[in-house]
Amino acid sequence: MNKIRLEIAALTENISVSRVVAATFVAHLDPTVEEVTEIKTAVSEAVTNAIIHGYGENQNEFVQIVFSVEERVVIIEVCDKGVGIENIESAREPLFTTKPELERSGMGFTVMESFMDSVEVSSASGEGTSVKLTKKIGGSNDDA
Amino acid sequence: MGLKTDIKLNVHGRVLVAAPTGELDHYRAERLRAQIDSMFEKSSCRHILLDMGDVSFMDSSGIGMIIGRYKKAEMSGGRIVIANMSEPISRLFDVSGLSKIVSRAETAQTAMHMLGGAFNE
Repeated sequence: MNKIRLEIAALTENISVSRVVAATFVAHLDPTVEEVTEIKTAVSEAVTNAIIHGYGENQNEFVQIVFSVEERVVIIEVCDKGVGIENIESAREPLFTTKPELERSGMGFTVMESFMDSVEVSSASGEGTSVKLTKKIGGSNDDA
Repeated sequence: MGLKTDIKLNVHGRVLVAAPTGELDHYRAERLRAQIDSMFEKSSCRHILLDMGDVSFMDSSGIGMIIGRYKKAEMSGGRIVIANMSEPISRLFDVSGLSKIVSRAETAQTAMHMLGGAFNE
């Protein structure tokens, strides 16, 4: 199993760094362009949530992203020690957002679920949130 | 092209043509919306033509930004049409349900026709 642990300050300009690392990390698995885009998008969603919801963009805090791969299964865990999610079930509902003033669409989890094989969320109020994204590269037979 | 999103903004009659470039995530979306809104308010535009031809990446932050501009155009009695969407961005549109409320066009030219405008010479 290969692993990379990345820590980024909770600044929105760092979201792009997490996407670049995700794309580079999966490159040796020879994924399709579509698979890379799906992984980058899901990581972008989870990291954005950690930064703006978990930490309220407090740049003294850090989001930890652990990328791992075993065989062709990529697992990406995005963790913060921020405010936590009060009700995970509602947070995962399409269009649910606690930050409409930031023009958040409330589609983050829906996008993650559409683009990854599985999305597991664990959270405790006041302790933080962990989102585990899993995807098998080459998992779909109808990919060109 | 770098990762940086810049945006080209041009006014053609009553249509504000906004063409962002690069990656459209939360960081870029916040800057983009400020630039679009400021130009939209300064000009006498009613409609927004969002040309996505040079956008290399977008996540749901882009969806939020587009919904915001859709509301903005609607408030001034106008519409928004999105042109030149890549395949991944189209998928995001479908996943988010945005394709049900926002019109899209293959090209900027078609989008301009849909808005009843024309590109300046």
